[in-house]
Amino acid sequence: MTVTVRFDEVQVGTELPAQSFPVTRATLVQYAGASGDFNPIHWNEKFALEVGLPDVIAHGMFTMAEAARVVTDWVGDPGAVVEYGVRFTKPVVVPNDGVGATVEVTGKVAALLEDNRVRVDLVATSAGQKVLGMARAVVRLG
Amino acid sequence: MPLDPSFIGRTYPPTEPYEVGREKIREFAAAIGDANPAYTDTEAAKAFGHPDVIAPPTFPFMLSFRAAAQVVNDPELGLDYSRVVHGDQKFVYARPVRAGDRLSVTISIDAIKSLAGNDVLTVRGEVDDAGGEHVVTSIMTLVARAAEAGEE
Repeated sequence: MTVTVRFDEVQVGTELPAQSFPVTRATLVQYAGASGDFNPIHWNEKFALEVGLPDVIAHGMFTMAEAARVVTDWVGDPGAVVEYGVRFTKPVVVPNDGVGATVEVTGKVAALLEDNRVRVDLVATSAGQKVLGMARAVVRLG
Repeated sequence: MPLDPSFIGRTYPPTEPYEVGREKIREFAAAIGDANPAYTDTEAAKAFGHPDVIAPPTFPFMLSFRAAAQVVNDPELGLDYSRVVHGDQKFVYARPVRAGDRLSVTISIDAIKSLAGNDVLTVRGEVDDAGGEHVVTSIMTLVARAAEAGEE
């Protein structure tokens, strides 16, 4: 496996390049199609309001996928991710205003592990709210 | 009524194999806006040391969630799916999912808890390839929110 980041180049506290990811209703429709998750809370405003949500919300798994990109873009090889977990704390609300929402993701190395592996802790927010909790990935570096 | 804790440890039969298609990976990567060439370009994937294009880290959820329908729809368990939300999700990889993999998922119930009237289920999916090699474990928590007073 070849990754661009070397274990001996990082330390606890090393920051990964932060990224922001736009999410529109069209994004959610595309993700629904690709993932097979057609729950109407992700595309039908009337349904979302009826079940007590403020508006259509993004799939938790979509948000999880975006947050992972901060890690996979950093290492190059997505196959370097050996463990990845998140808690879904708050939904990403996606208004139908042509602009949608933005998911902001930062990450930093939180621990150095055996076998050139590091734990990266991620923070994902949208509209100022933390949308993922305990978002952590373990990646094997070169 | 809280879920029956005797379901803890129950394992369901492995699912029919799902063949991971190159174009399905491409479609999924496009849907998450991820242009990493390891998902679409065999040569790029090989340069990283993979035999073929690989799938993004969250891709196997499609399989494990579909397999978890065995739990969600188990009439004996009696989960009210209309109240279920996805609480958390974790993947532990033995290796990345690749195009051409034929994957089956074996679902088990690891835990059932009742927290403030909510039923909290931990469901584990062991994803193995056609040769029986372990690929990834998907662990998800499903939370069935408590019914509001007067609703039942």
